[in-house]
Amino acid sequence: MAKQIAVVSGGLSVPSSTRLLADMLSDAVVAAVRDLGEEASIQMIELRGLAHDLTDNLLTGFARPGLQEALAVVREADALVAVTPVFSASYSGLFKTFFDVMEVGWIDEKPVLIAATAGTARHSLVLEHALRPLFAYLQANVMPLGVFAATDDFGADVYLRQRIGQAADQLARWLAGSAAASAQRRRVVDDELATPTDFETLLRKASGGLAS
Amino acid sequence: MGMQFGIFTVGDVTTDPTTGITPTEHERIKATVAIAKKAEEVGLDVFATGEHHNPPFIASNPTATLAYIGAQTSRIILSTATTLITTTDPVLIAEDYAKLQHLTDGRVDLMMGRGNTGPVYPWFGKDIREGINLALENYALLRRLWSEDVVDWQGRFRTPLQGYTSTPRPLDGVAPFVWHGSIRSPEIAEQAAYYGDGYFHNHIFWPAQHAQQMVRFYRQRFEHYGHGTQEQAIVGLGGQFFMRKNSQDAINEFRPYFDKAPVYGHGPSLEEFMESTPLTVGSPQQVIDRTLSFRRYIGDYQRQLFLIDHAGLPLKTVLEQLDLYGEILPTLRAEFASLRGPGVPDAPTHASLVAAAGGAKDSTVYAPADDATGTTDRDLGDPAVQAALTAG
Repeated sequence: MAKQIAVVSGGLSVPSSTRLLADMLSDAVVAAVRDLGEEASIQMIELRGLAHDLTDNLLTGFARPGLQEALAVVREADALVAVTPVFSASYSGLFKTFFDVMEVGWIDEKPVLIAATAGTARHSLVLEHALRPLFAYLQANVMPLGVFAATDDFGADVYLRQRIGQAADQLARWLAGSAAASAQRRRVVDDELATPTDFETLLRKASGGLAS
Repeated sequence: MGMQFGIFTVGDVTTDPTTGITPTEHERIKATVAIAKKAEEVGLDVFATGEHHNPPFIASNPTATLAYIGAQTSRIILSTATTLITTTDPVLIAEDYAKLQHLTDGRVDLMMGRGNTGPVYPWFGKDIREGINLALENYALLRRLWSEDVVDWQGRFRTPLQGYTSTPRPLDGVAPFVWHGSIRSPEIAEQAAYYGDGYFHNHIFWPAQHAQQMVRFYRQRFEHYGHGTQEQAIVGLGGQFFMRKNSQDAINEFRPYFDKAPVYGHGPSLEEFMESTPLTVGSPQQVIDRTLSFRRYIGDYQRQLFLIDHAGLPLKTVLEQLDLYGEILPTLRAEFASLRGPGVPDAPTHASLVAAAGGAKDSTVYAPADDATGTTDRDLGDPAVQAALTAG
């Protein structure tokens, strides 16, 4: 079965350089997975179209169907490619909101390729000081290599292409490895509904074995 | 009584966005009492109040409120939505609600909830991260305090008890019926199922699928623990309506309240919210139809409570809503009754619990006279007091 790759793009303008980078990464990941003898299919999530749903979710506490679907795509994916524009020295608020409304545990140990775009190269460390800590907190498995593209890089095509290729290879190799198959995540609400913890176990854990 | 209908309030003090007027705490507290009395007058079965320990709410001390209402009503069941089983000492819950049972001749049940306001927990010496664990341990103790005359207990969250008797004992030897409210925590539905208690889904701020998923889970687990079939599980639902004879009038009048409402205000439009949650703003017939549709995804259930007094709605408007609720009530009762499947249990009441227990039995615990009453530990060292005590 084809590897499912969720790609989250936080670009706002049309056309968007963030989406462009997301597309380049998508193609590279499909090619890299294929090089290792497997298929990959891309599911692109454009956050712009979910902006209202995301704000509503912050206020109401629940996701409307379109957002719910997008979140489920990320949860079910074998890997995530996360691409954000840099706004005020960090990921955009919209990009962060998408991960804020996601239930804790949904992307535990999931391989994540991080990427960002910005006007100039002065923001290039945003991957290390903003995106990597975010996904580390979420207990995702952040690939060592991230991809940063300043506007200039889209003209100096060879270095960006190379970097994209390397990052995609890294993700593909991880997906082909044995660790991917044994990745685990914390129990979430749906797990509890599907295979409930027996009440007496819950009660015992609640009291740490003390209650009599 | 097949199915119970009622209202629940969170006791929020909110500015009326159409007039800019904010009620005082005193006005809101008195309004709550007026609303409860009106609820009985229009024929409703249940009035439930929330519990909050922070502004903008006046919902602290729910048992004083319910006792006061109980003294001025004769029929309506007094309940909670919810009682904070996490931050309230279960010993006090046991005492307070048993007392309320006696004062109101059994017109009491309660709904357990955890509370989601972080700072409230540390104010009461607790930690919100232990919310589920607190709910589980505290409720296990509460049950013992009601069912056993003398309790020895130790756990993680309160000081141990040795030889403790909670007084008064439950009325007629039967503890109040307990519902467990939870929107999205399967552990709480599991708890309700394990004990054979009721499960209540708030239903109002969330899409119907959430309620459906949780109720289905509770029903399956109720059966799993041997309390009966899934259809025999005891289910309650929240709801929210605003009614006028003409639906457009209802929408026009309610929209400013909706747009600025606490919890969901400034977010989705009224139309979007009506589509994705059970909120119904419209004509009485629309409210009837929507309410009847709940059973299609929940199954036959025992209790329907509506939230009608929040978001700054003035008392006069709320009382008008209650009049309209009273008008559709006979239809709701008749329609639900005609659709109801065989073998579906009635909503539990004190009378039905007493009958199930084989009749009322007084459970007073008599104890030897307290020979220290009237003294303090300092008095006991006083020769005059000692002389009086030995003489007595």
